[in-house]
Amino acid sequence: MIYLDNAATSYPKPKEVGRAMLHFLEKVGASPGRSGHRLSIEAGRLLYQTRESLAELLNVIDPLRIIFTLNVTEALNLALKGLLRPGDQVVTSSMEHNSVMRPLRKLEKRGVEIKVVPCSSQGVLDPVDIEKSIKKNTKLIVLIHGSNVIGSILPITVFGEIARKYDILFLVDTAQTAGCYPLDIKKDNIDLLAFTGHKALFGPPGTGGLVIGERVDIKKLNPLKVGGTGSQSESEEQPDFLPDIYESGTPNTVGLSGLNEGVRFILKEGVDKIRQHELELTQKLIEGLKEIPGVIVYGEDQVKNRVAVISFNIKDQLPSEVGLRLDEEYNIMSRVGLHCAPAAHKTIGTFPIGTIRFSMSWFNTFEEVDQTILAVRNISRRV
Amino acid sequence: MKGNYSVVIFYSTSAAIRAESLAKKDELIVKLIPVPRNLSSDCGICLRFNNEDKPKIEKILQDGKVEYENIYGI
Repeated sequence: MIYLDNAATSYPKPKEVGRAMLHFLEKVGASPGRSGHRLSIEAGRLLYQTRESLAELLNVIDPLRIIFTLNVTEALNLALKGLLRPGDQVVTSSMEHNSVMRPLRKLEKRGVEIKVVPCSSQGVLDPVDIEKSIKKNTKLIVLIHGSNVIGSILPITVFGEIARKYDILFLVDTAQTAGCYPLDIKKDNIDLLAFTGHKALFGPPGTGGLVIGERVDIKKLNPLKVGGTGSQSESEEQPDFLPDIYESGTPNTVGLSGLNEGVRFILKEGVDKIRQHELELTQKLIEGLKEIPGVIVYGEDQVKNRVAVISFNIKDQLPSEVGLRLDEEYNIMSRVGLHCAPAAHKTIGTFPIGTIRFSMSWFNTFEEVDQTILAVRNISRRV
Repeated sequence: MKGNYSVVIFYSTSAAIRAESLAKKDELIVKLIPVPRNLSSDCGICLRFNNEDKPKIEKILQDGKVEYENIYGI
């Protein structure tokens, strides 16, 4: 079996991930932050260690500025709904995933002004166009770092500089980059970094978070949910300090124990090494696919501007049919369709049919790439 | 009569655990313990340390921007 759907959820995970989750269930078990006993403290330590690992990976000085959520969608909802008020303007791109677009469209109905800046059909976004869209009431720029459709990478550092120049905030959706592409909240000028645990960070589903930079005034970022935190229990008001203000209810300790090991694995191997391997796989796969008559590969040729996400189509064949044949006849797991990103597909010109998407991880091999190219070649000939 | 120990009382367990982690990185002998009965804090645990380390503990809390309620001798 060849698994090429890592942009949805990475598989397999490092062995340590599952082991840590089982260890938590069997040996720790308790709720963190609720009781003073040894097991509760141990659960709290595991959560903190997960924050510390992520802090090391993303260059966050205070690990308590990392808030855990269910996934990147919840983190983006928290940032967008927490910050934007009627009358505010928000600037974004035409490559965004629905995890940004849908909260924004919802906010638009409540009086938030949305400016969607078009990208080229290769997914390139001109910083000048972003800068021209900024007005007096602009509060936020929100951008997807790596496209989940064509893998294009936006030069976020530049956009972050623009945000700083106009004294507005910069929110980055790192769903496709955290863990497999170098990220530094300081150097990249990021104010709010939304991540998910279950993709390139090698954690299980149900883990993710939001890093809240120093420029963000937490008094102006409303929590998405409020409730029990284990702190200030005498009060019926939500605590106003990090991380409790945004973390109500018992957290996903089992999942976060796994995420910690996923991130430790990345720190041990090194993001640069992982990135290099994925670049080589991507290069090989793109070149191989492009040689096949009738195959159209979307996005830039330059692999250095890509994560390991490749969208393509075969002339006169439907993506769903190609995907089914890949699965049933060749044991290759791909994803077909619109990938929760209608705006991105309109940008690259593949709406409403969509594409076939291959997405790779550290665990994919060159042999798998060869077999995949051969499979697509056969399918393209309708063999 | 006070003993050889003091405790830092925090607003949240996360802060207590962060302080423990920072103190251990500086090789100080600390322990997270349940908050003593005569002191009140909603966060159930506090960080116990040797009195002689008080300046170091205060510096760690300050440098790490760890929010805490107070320090008491026990």
